Amino acid sequence: MNFQTISISAMNKLKLLITFSLLLFASIAFSQDIPDAPNPPRLVNDYTNTLSSEQKAQLEHKLVAFNDSTSNQIAVVIIPSLNGYEIADYAVKLGQKWGVGQKEKRNGVVLLVSLGDRKVFIAVGYGLEGAIPDAYAKRITSTIIKPEFKAGNYFKGIDDGTDAIMKFASGEYKVDANDVVPGKKGKGSGIWIFFVVLGGILIFSLLRRRSYQHIANRGSGSSLPFWMLMNMMGNSGGRNSGGGDWGDFSGGGGDFGGFGGGDFGGGGAGDSW
Amino acid sequence: MKKGTIGIIAILVLIFGMGGCSYNSMARLDQDVKQQWGQVENVYQRRSDLIPNLVNTVKGYANFEKETLTQVIEARSKATAVNVDASKLTPETFQKFQQAQDGLSSALSRLMVVVEKYPDLKANENFKELQAQLEGTENRIATERNKFNESTGNFNREVTTLPGKLFAGMFGFPEKPYFKAQPGSEKAPTVQF
Repeated sequence: MNFQTISISAMNKLKLLITFSLLLFASIAFSQDIPDAPNPPRLVNDYTNTLSSEQKAQLEHKLVAFNDSTSNQIAVVIIPSLNGYEIADYAVKLGQKWGVGQKEKRNGVVLLVSLGDRKVFIAVGYGLEGAIPDAYAKRITSTIIKPEFKAGNYFKGIDDGTDAIMKFASGEYKVDANDVVPGKKGKGSGIWIFFVVLGGILIFSLLRRRSYQHIANRGSGSSLPFWMLMNMMGNSGGRNSGGGDWGDFSGGGGDFGGFGGGDFGGGGAGDSW
Repeated sequence: MKKGTIGIIAILVLIFGMGGCSYNSMARLDQDVKQQWGQVENVYQRRSDLIPNLVNTVKGYANFEKETLTQVIEARSKATAVNVDASKLTPETFQKFQQAQDGLSSALSRLMVVVEKYPDLKANENFKELQAQLEGTENRIATERNKFNESTGNFNREVTTLPGKLFAGMFGFPEKPYFKAQPGSEKAPTVQF
């Protein structure tokens, strides 16, 4: 009797162990199949060398400008093969892994092209599902992208397709302080308030120094290092607070500020050519 | 004697502290699962909202197989009848929910197979849009189910490993069930003409 209960609980533990190891295995397999986010961050990622470097630069420039003005992030990814994945599943997982879109707005789009499978998919982040419903995504892939891809014009298909996505997505969001875009430090407004307060304190202490010379003489010695210290802290805070603000490293191409940590829920549609 | 009582008090405080910590993390993970369950219900609701529209569009086509349509409608009413409260995710209710929804999934995929026989319907713009929406909804269901399994995995790891295991029973946090792949879903449906 006792032995039996023990063996049952041991069985349960074994089952549990197997489940966990399967989950672990699945997560390892998952991370191997989907490429890591590009470093330095880029919006146009061609793993097949289908596009020329001028074409890539042109697309990147267009998409970065769109990110800067609307905070919507559209990532273009061209892969040789899906390795047996469903294209919708692959696109969603890639979007989640890279964090395409801003964290709060979840306004990312992944345009995934698998050349080997002759399939294309537009995955839409949670926040843009209203602006780009599945039926629209379907229309973009089958009436704009598909005919061009059929004729072998990959650049034209992607260029026109991203134009259509931008048309639908623009107007949905405006850039704000938490967004990852270059040339704009996150939480910049907080730093400004800090400087205004600091300026107020400085003016106040200067006024005090005028009226009470003897106190100011003692005070100025200690207040200057304090001011410099705070200034230094303010500067370093400004540089780090962007949450992945890569704006300073402009080498990678197009000055893209980095992915913002967006999330995907399976919205979007695709087609094959 | 006094030393002994101090020791006992210290041990009790330690146990309470540990229990408190592990209660907090279990409650947090429990909330995550519940929230994710809400998302799962959401996307299933979205699917069942699409069906009346789909049925009406398909019904308009002359001599469309009535049987397939009736099956979809029946499966839908069965699926909407099963509601699971997020705080009562027992294996039994969970299995009932999954069975009902999977029944609807297979009725819908049968419908889509039958549609292949009607080229006019397939070319219909309204139907195309509905099809795109339905596909998108199925993708959403898959994604939210995945996320649900992930958060359930995190919760179950907490309540089945130490120190959570010691307190899970006491605070009433039983292990939660996972979504399982539909049996036979790895095989494509057979088409018969």
